[in-house]
Amino acid sequence: MEMNTEVVDVRKAVVDIISDIALDEDLSEINDGASLRDQLDLDSMDFLDIVMELKKRYKVEVPSEDYPQLATLESCVRYLSPKFCQ
Amino acid sequence: MTTKYDVLIIGAGMSGMAAGIRLAMFGKTVCIAEMHSLPGGLNSFYQRGSRKFDVGLHALTNFVKKGTKGHPLSKILKQLRIRYDSLQLKEQKSSKVQFRDLEINFSNDIELLISQVAKNFPEEVDGFLELIKNINIHKDLLPSKDFKSARQFVGQYIKNKMLEDMIFYPILFYGSSTEHDLDVNSFIILFQSVYLEGFSRPMGGVRTIIDILLDKFNALGGELRYRHKVEKIVTKNSKVQGALLNNGEMIEADYVISSIGYPETMSLVESQQVTTPAVGRISPIETIFIFDKKPAQCDIDSTIIYYSNQDRYNYQKPTTAIDETSTSICLPNNFSDCEYDEGVIRLTSLANFDLWDSFKSTEYKAQKQKVVEHSLETLKAVMPSLNGELKFQDVFTPKTIKRFTGHMAGAVYGSPDKLPDGLTGIENLLLCGTDQGLIGIVGTLLSGITISNMHILTRDWKG
Ligand SMILES: Cc1cc2nc3c(=O)[nH]c(=O)nc-3n(C[C@H](O)[C@H](O)[C@H](O)COP(=O)(O)OP(=O)(O)OC[C@H]3O[C@@H](n4cnc5c(N)ncnc54)[C@H](O)[C@@H]3O)c2cc1C
Repeated sequence: MEMNTEVVDVRKAVVDIISDIALDEDLSEINDGASLRDQLDLDSMDFLDIVMELKKRYKVEVPSEDYPQLATLESCVRYLSPKFCQ
Repeated sequence: MTTKYDVLIIGAGMSGMAAGIRLAMFGKTVCIAEMHSLPGGLNSFYQRGSRKFDVGLHALTNFVKKGTKGHPLSKILKQLRIRYDSLQLKEQKSSKVQFRDLEINFSNDIELLISQVAKNFPEEVDGFLELIKNINIHKDLLPSKDFKSARQFVGQYIKNKMLEDMIFYPILFYGSSTEHDLDVNSFIILFQSVYLEGFSRPMGGVRTIIDILLDKFNALGGELRYRHKVEKIVTKNSKVQGALLNNGEMIEADYVISSIGYPETMSLVESQQVTTPAVGRISPIETIFIFDKKPAQCDIDSTIIYYSNQDRYNYQKPTTAIDETSTSICLPNNFSDCEYDEGVIRLTSLANFDLWDSFKSTEYKAQKQKVVEHSLETLKAVMPSLNGELKFQDVFTPKTIKRFTGHMAGAVYGSPDKLPDGLTGIENLLLCGTDQGLIGIVGTLLSGITISNMHILTRDWKG
């Protein structure tokens, strides 16, 4: 169960960041398994903002070679969860 | 006295405010020094009695409807964390380019322009469609460093010189620092922002945008100092140290971002080896009229009219005080909604800075009066049905622009020498805004964002 609440929190952290960037997007219907870029109006500048917000809010660092790990919400959670635990 | 910030920004115009917001958002200590007592720069505002006026803003280019993906407008909204609805954008009805009696209408739907080309220049419409196709393939284009002629590019598709000039008119007028022609990348960027995206106006005019930017910057803890002019940019071993203000204060900063123009910036740097970029030749003069009737009450529905009394359009510094062959006429009442309860008409023409600068005070006043008369005659020729009573008039000249914004020679679109990467050659002295090469409100906001991201935020973040 513990594992599970963590998964939810990381997802929420990422969704909160995206909704603060793309203020006009509706994130309630987002498909966790599908590409964020295809579903939302996010470009590379916005992904950089997600990374910078992760650092600012949670001190979580994402090196540029790991950007592809942020492609979907699912992959975000998978990739970021261990980093949030540290 | 010395104060220290991470970043000092020179100028609280659109680009300076955008840069300030981005940097403060990610924890930088930021100070904006603005020489004037108001923000906005070339896109500012003023008041006469109870009447409020915009200085720049004819139209906000780059209009797209809410939710449209991947356009410059949505890009800046996300980067600055602004809600689309807070801009309260009101679309243009339709605008036109008019050479003598021939007119071509366009709106925020490109189909209107295509049908107008088909009607007036049937042999050119295939070429025009091909031109649009070749412009559409470009996305996120940046201004280029080396000049490639847009005239040559368009000449591949359009043979009729009059039509070519008609297409070029709004584009040159909204953003070319060079006479007659402009760089092809800039042309494509502007073609997209004028014809493929379109025009709108925020309810309340440019103040609406400025207020949003100021609120953001303040909420993020940024510091904006009015009436603080930067007198000298201080460097040591070709690296920027900070700047000296007109009150004698030294501001130390790791980075200095200047939005005041390329030659203007370099003129503040004390060093033997600085470059001397060219000063731009394009400066406007504007007459503002207020009538007791709105244009629509006189059956005038256009939002902006780009008028020439010739078969061609001469985008160049006139040899006379004002270019008497062409004027662009902006009717803010003719956006889909507008707060003005009187009829407001703005006529903007190219003007000769040197002449305006040389006029002594009585001559200056007399010349301004001549411009008013010329503007009234133009109105009669272009909109004969206009019949309201004139309530108010005002003129601002190239000299006014120089005085209030500091742009040398009143050059609204800056120097023909652009710095697309924002690098001045002096370490950590960066350039944003007009002379980075992006023009207009949306363009210069994007410029402030891009320069901050590219040279400070990402660099920092990469360690
Ligand atoms: C008549 C007119 C009509 C226009 N119409 C439109 C339009 O319809 N649509 C559109 O999108 N754009 C329009 N523009 C263009 C648009 O206004 C500009 O491209 C844009 O505002 C430029 O912003 P900027 O930040 O690059 O520079 P600026 O606005 O020039 O900002 C520079 C700032 O620096 C300050 N400054 C200068 N020197 C110093 C110093 N030494 N120390 C401290 N501060 C200093 C100035 O006071 C100014 O506030 C128009 C401009 C004009 C003049």
